[in-house]
Amino acid sequence: MSDEPAPSRLLPCGDAAVSIEFGTGIDPAVSARVLALDAALNAEKVPGVIETVPTYRSLLVHFDPLVLDYDGFKTRVCKLAPTLDATPTPGRRWKVPVMYGGSFGIDLDATAERHGLTPAQLIERHSAPVYRVYMIGFMPGFTYLGGLDSSIATPRRTDPRPMTPAGVISIGGIQALIAGQAMPSGWHILGRTPVRTFMPEREPAFLVAPGDEVVFAPTDAAHWDALDRAAEAGEPVAELL
Amino acid sequence: MTELIVESAGPATSLQDAGRFGWQRYGIGPAGAMDRVSLAVANALAGNAAGTAAIEFALAGGRFRVEGGSTRVALAGAEGNLKVGGRPVPPLTSATARDGEIVEIGAARSGMFFYLAVAGGFTIPPTLGSLSLHHRTGIGGLKGSTLRAGDRLPLRLSEPTGPDLALPGPPEAPSGPIRVVLGPQEDHFTDAGMLTFLGSEFTISDRADRMGMQLSGPKIEHGPKGYNIVSDGIATGSIQVPGNGLPLILLSDRQTTGGYPKIAAVISADLPRLVQCRPGTKLRFAAVERTEAVRLAREAEAALRSLIAKLRPVGRAALDSSALLSVNLVDGVVDARGSDSDTG
Repeated sequence: MSDEPAPSRLLPCGDAAVSIEFGTGIDPAVSARVLALDAALNAEKVPGVIETVPTYRSLLVHFDPLVLDYDGFKTRVCKLAPTLDATPTPGRRWKVPVMYGGSFGIDLDATAERHGLTPAQLIERHSAPVYRVYMIGFMPGFTYLGGLDSSIATPRRTDPRPMTPAGVISIGGIQALIAGQAMPSGWHILGRTPVRTFMPEREPAFLVAPGDEVVFAPTDAAHWDALDRAAEAGEPVAELL
Repeated sequence: MTELIVESAGPATSLQDAGRFGWQRYGIGPAGAMDRVSLAVANALAGNAAGTAAIEFALAGGRFRVEGGSTRVALAGAEGNLKVGGRPVPPLTSATARDGEIVEIGAARSGMFFYLAVAGGFTIPPTLGSLSLHHRTGIGGLKGSTLRAGDRLPLRLSEPTGPDLALPGPPEAPSGPIRVVLGPQEDHFTDAGMLTFLGSEFTISDRADRMGMQLSGPKIEHGPKGYNIVSDGIATGSIQVPGNGLPLILLSDRQTTGGYPKIAAVISADLPRLVQCRPGTKLRFAAVERTEAVRLAREAEAALRSLIAKLRPVGRAALDSSALLSVNLVDGVVDARGSDSDTG
């Protein structure tokens, strides 16, 4: 983390989007500036801006090229950028139940062995940190977390699985993930949560947001069915701490 | 209540409007019509605003029965043919289908996507503000699915108002190379890689659908920064180049973020003609400045407006504005011109 904020870059993505980039890596200070710009732009309601998408290190702004005054927008962003607070403001903290191992976490044993740990030690290291939600992206409700214990960082699989179920809790490199729905994946699956990060018919349809925090709470088979049924019925199941 | 009942439809037939916006921050992609210009033209012929939901067909057509009233239908996009009650309907003309009549759309003779618009649109509840089906995730559409035999689509109007309409010709489509704005990660490619991208012919592979268009051709060389980036946001038309060096153009059903470098993005004025290209089509890319891309988007929008201004009631030689006003069609036309930002 640097004291001096990196200069931001505006990178056009065709004629209807621009990526405003604050850094190249995964860094809480960079993420804080992304989220601060996101909040500032959404508060201003700039004519022509359709939506903004915060990611780890940049904010993608989708706009209508027929409406947006691009040069005016660029000037505004350049004025705003140095004023953005690089101190992460703590968001809501969610407790997310996870059923580790077995058929729920098919890669738990192999990943533990790879790091010279017992499965129980791996669960402990994975469920100890307070994670930060950096981004929700790729597909609905896919929640990308930073804060993984670097001693259990694991390069992605070379042979991605053609399909993995919704709710999968996995790690890839130094990132941790809650999968919003069934998808192909090359990440290592340690467990599964009954929490539905996205349910279109539920109010709210989405639970966590970028800037929130997540802690994983190991649960057991005895509780899984009840939690899963409650989640299917529209209960959040994830608790706000 | 008037309904359109699906008797048969190709496997990728779905409801699509201008798209679902405001949810990409939660991973929900925009979906929406692949060819926004053709959606706007079909809607104009049906008397609707440009972004009204219509039925999108991919290559295969379909067969529908009208029940409970009558409706006006119009087809635009890939070259197809439309029959209403067994009567062939001339291209770029809407026609009224009466209670019990069959609306039949033949397979596309050329092109990929075409749109059947109905006057007034559907009364199907939208998901997160849009009827567009995102095929891979099952968000939107009719109960999260493509259209299948037996589906019933309720219409907003029990009877259409005003006359059937016609346009004098199709929208002008640009020709030549597909134009792109370079970036945002052109610095992940060597000079040789950039020359390969801008100087070679690529072929649209069979792996082309609403999510993206995989190209085959010479491999594009990555530079020392490699082919992984910390995931960032994706715009429609973005061209990502993963480790295999082959470009993938991301389209309506794309993911919202990705971890491969994006060498360029197709300009919005060229997306409609790009998506109409079938697998096997050869194409080249040409780089333009962002400002030029915006100019071309404005030009395309102006061309669409002036085309829609040429709408005529069927059987009349000249525009009779009093007739249009009397049937309250002008609202639809004005909307078609003004409200849809995605047609460019």
